[in-house]
Amino acid sequence: MWWSFDFMQWAFSAVLIITPVLALLGTFVIRHHLTFFSDIVGHSSLTGIAIGMALGLAQPTPAMIGLALVLAILVSLLQKWSRSSVDMSLGVLFSLMTSLGVVLLSRGGGFSKFTAYLIGDILTITPDQLFPMFIVGVCVVVLWVALHNAIVLISINPLLARSRRIPVFWVEVGLTSMLAVMVTLSVQWVGVLVVNSLLILPAATARPWAKNARQYAVFSVFLGLTSGVIGLIGSFYWGSATGATIALVGSFFFALSLLLRVVI
Amino acid sequence: MMNRTCRHLSTTLDKVTVSLSGKVVLKDISLQIACGDLLAIIGPNGAGKTTLLRAILGEIPFQGTIKFEALGERIRKPLIGYVPQQVSIEKGTPTSVEDLLVMAIGGSPFSLLWRPMTRRQVIEALDRVQAGHLLKERLCDLSGGELQRVLLAAAITPLPDLLLLDEPVSGVDPHGLALFYELVNELRQKRHLSIIIVTHDLAGIAPHADRMVLMKESILAEGTAEEVLRDEVLIRTFGPKLLNVATLLEAKK
Repeated sequence: MWWSFDFMQWAFSAVLIITPVLALLGTFVIRHHLTFFSDIVGHSSLTGIAIGMALGLAQPTPAMIGLALVLAILVSLLQKWSRSSVDMSLGVLFSLMTSLGVVLLSRGGGFSKFTAYLIGDILTITPDQLFPMFIVGVCVVVLWVALHNAIVLISINPLLARSRRIPVFWVEVGLTSMLAVMVTLSVQWVGVLVVNSLLILPAATARPWAKNARQYAVFSVFLGLTSGVIGLIGSFYWGSATGATIALVGSFFFALSLLLRVVI
Repeated sequence: MMNRTCRHLSTTLDKVTVSLSGKVVLKDISLQIACGDLLAIIGPNGAGKTTLLRAILGEIPFQGTIKFEALGERIRKPLIGYVPQQVSIEKGTPTSVEDLLVMAIGGSPFSLLWRPMTRRQVIEALDRVQAGHLLKERLCDLSGGELQRVLLAAAITPLPDLLLLDEPVSGVDPHGLALFYELVNELRQKRHLSIIIVTHDLAGIAPHADRMVLMKESILAEGTAEEVLRDEVLIRTFGPKLLNVATLLEAKK
């Protein structure tokens, strides 16, 4: 039985914390068109590791979070100051950050030891990692609730939000920063390639079925949890990479939802 | 024109000038909106009408002063209701009418922890604009007229000191149009709300407006609707079809 292994119990606990939090954040990402941004942050974590190493830090996490916050503020400013779409600027930023990270880390040929960050391994999570993960999760949920009204109003019309005395710019900085930190931390747990799937898939699947904001959040969290648990247990029996299996189950739900929409 | 005894808000703009990226968009706009006045702002596209509303909302930096007063006393941060120009809501966006109202009132997120007070306020607000039946609908499923009424309900709950309407009726069917003007008129008469409305619908707004301003970067003409609509500058800006509107207005009287 999968449950009889310690590492599976830790991984199961981690899934119960990470997937609902990412799914909840995903509703904001989709409302605010931040899919590309979260992808950039995920890929930039490699650059963050490189910067951490260059600074001689024992642990790369502070450097990764620092870089993520810089990116969050940069993108908020871009959105504030540029009149046209920021899509192109984001594309440039994506290329820059990703290539910079890979170049720095591959110098001297030692890149293979960083591939863990690409694929991630939730099965290596230890009990002492669970508590900080839980605290981060609680913080994100509290912030999510606090920012919810402001963010939905801004996504309807920024000027309307402004007339309700919402500090639009600062709320957006808060949103991108929260997202950046959560994505960066999740990269260490599930890997760059999977974090965006866990963020986007549940909310994207829930969206057409939700009649209001409450249902959107509830459906999204439910889908995140379900794909997380099925993916984890599935990967144990199939011997596949856990993060990717979770993402695949999420994609399956999305396809199923799409099919149901066509049939109904 | 200015009524000192009115306990509601009057707004004074003095030489408001706005430059965006080095280009002057608004120049020396001086205006007074007395308590309970309905001011219609008209002008061609790109005349800076929306920019003027953004300046009043405090969203962009400007030179000059914008002063709010009630009972002769200055008010720093008045509550301003705002109905935006053509809100486009993506198909399938999971935001209901109920969500919008709760958020605008400042209730707890996504109506999870509704206090009965908020609930009553939401239902009252929607009834006021004849949209009570839309409570559970998604915003993206509403018609143009319905959405404008719901946004109006959000803008006037709680009752603001000043109401700004930015082309609120573009893309609204004739029935929705009549209903919208009726509601705005009622707000003004019953609640003595000052209202600034930016519009292209000259014929629709003319019977309701106390004053009208024609602008293009600066103010070109100002006066009653009849005066402005007969103005030569306006006829040159908008074309002679305006004369018909003016004649129609007189015929109505």
